[in-house]
Amino acid sequence: MRLIKTIPVIAILVFAFSGSIDAQCKAFAKKECLPELQPYTHDGNYHAAVLVEGEEAELYKTFYSDMEYRVSIVGESKLPAIEFKVLDINKNVLYSNKDKDFASTWDFKLQASQQLKIVVKVSSFNKPGDTPASGCVAIMFGFKMKK
Amino acid sequence: MDKKNRISSVVFLVFILAISLITGCKSGTKPPKEEQEVKLPENITEIKQDIDQAKKIFSALPSPLESAMLIKSAGANFDEKLLNPVSKQNNYVTSKSMALNLGVYTCDLSFASLYEQTNLLIPYMEAAKRMADGLGILQAIEKEDIDRLEENINNSEVIMDVVSQTFMNSNSYLSDNGQPATAATVLVGGWIEGLYISTQLVEMKDFNTNKLVGRIIDQKLSIDILVDLLNRSKGVPSIDELIVQVSKLKAVFDKIKITTGAVRPEYDQTSNSTVLKSEVTTDMTPETFLELSKIVAEIRNSFVN
Repeated sequence: MRLIKTIPVIAILVFAFSGSIDAQCKAFAKKECLPELQPYTHDGNYHAAVLVEGEEAELYKTFYSDMEYRVSIVGESKLPAIEFKVLDINKNVLYSNKDKDFASTWDFKLQASQQLKIVVKVSSFNKPGDTPASGCVAIMFGFKMKK
Repeated sequence: MDKKNRISSVVFLVFILAISLITGCKSGTKPPKEEQEVKLPENITEIKQDIDQAKKIFSALPSPLESAMLIKSAGANFDEKLLNPVSKQNNYVTSKSMALNLGVYTCDLSFASLYEQTNLLIPYMEAAKRMADGLGILQAIEKEDIDRLEENINNSEVIMDVVSQTFMNSNSYLSDNGQPATAATVLVGGWIEGLYISTQLVEMKDFNTNKLVGRIIDQKLSIDILVDLLNRSKGVPSIDELIVQVSKLKAVFDKIKITTGAVRPEYDQTSNSTVLKSEVTTDMTPETFLELSKIVAEIRNSFVN
């Protein structure tokens, strides 16, 4: 009987905890990722998720030839380096931040509009036996009209 | 079923619920396409291998602000008649119509702000706020945002910042609170409104020279992203209705040909940025454009009427 009374409490706590993680992720994205877009204008879209060491995320977006873009991809400090690659529709790698000391931003413009894929991966601390680190990773885009 | 088994069943159900709450309510994400057999790994290395196979997938449609910027960058003129009048805001009482028109009004607000139509900014911001409030989106658009807009009515940078912040507040709230279908509906409303304004601004006598035609063709690149976004909430009746409408639009976009050559990244030292060079050829006949305009207008009018 006591167990049955405890279960709803646990369920509520789990729900509240997951909501709190999401709120923290949004606060993190606003505080750490958004400022990196300056002097570009943030497009207003929000993409963030809690990722675990070794986990990957993919994002698909169309980029237009009339614009200049900055992508900002930032992970919480408790995570190892965040790798990201930008690929065209034929899976050719156009940019990898691994070659730029894991830079968190990349500025680019396009001769012709393209749909691109961005692959984000939380690298690994390579400590076998340890619990994998997890934390928020935010992806944001800024743009301005091409000069 | 005896008492012990009933308790075990309840414990199991709550465990499943807890796991699904933790893993299933993330914004803009979807589980791996193929379900895998559930197996408890024996060591941490196996857990890491499992994580390596997991993928979260985001689909990003152009935001209302970006859609409006594309119209302006093509050199189009502002036309207030194309906006959804704020007087209609009282008509939207269902969650679906409020979500669609949150996107529509945000796009109109973005369009007006980029063309410095200062007299329209506050009414459209208030209309967007009414939609967000109706959807229960807490703190999406606050009085301070409207005050900031009023105080900086001639400062386009601040205005764009306010618009982008309020839009982010809305879509992050919906995504973070387990309402991906509503978040997708807002994005669809904004995207269709941008496409509607674009198609209405093209006069057939300028079809071959109007730069906006190129930007409309470019939207073909986003139609699959849109379909994918909606398919993640398939089964929700309001989303299923949108899927039917968007499928008709996709059928017309499928008539447009886009051929893309290899993309070559080149670093431009003067701007400190990479230029993605490529040759693209596109082909859209005037007939296809007219068909596209007609379908877009039908869909948009179903959103606002």
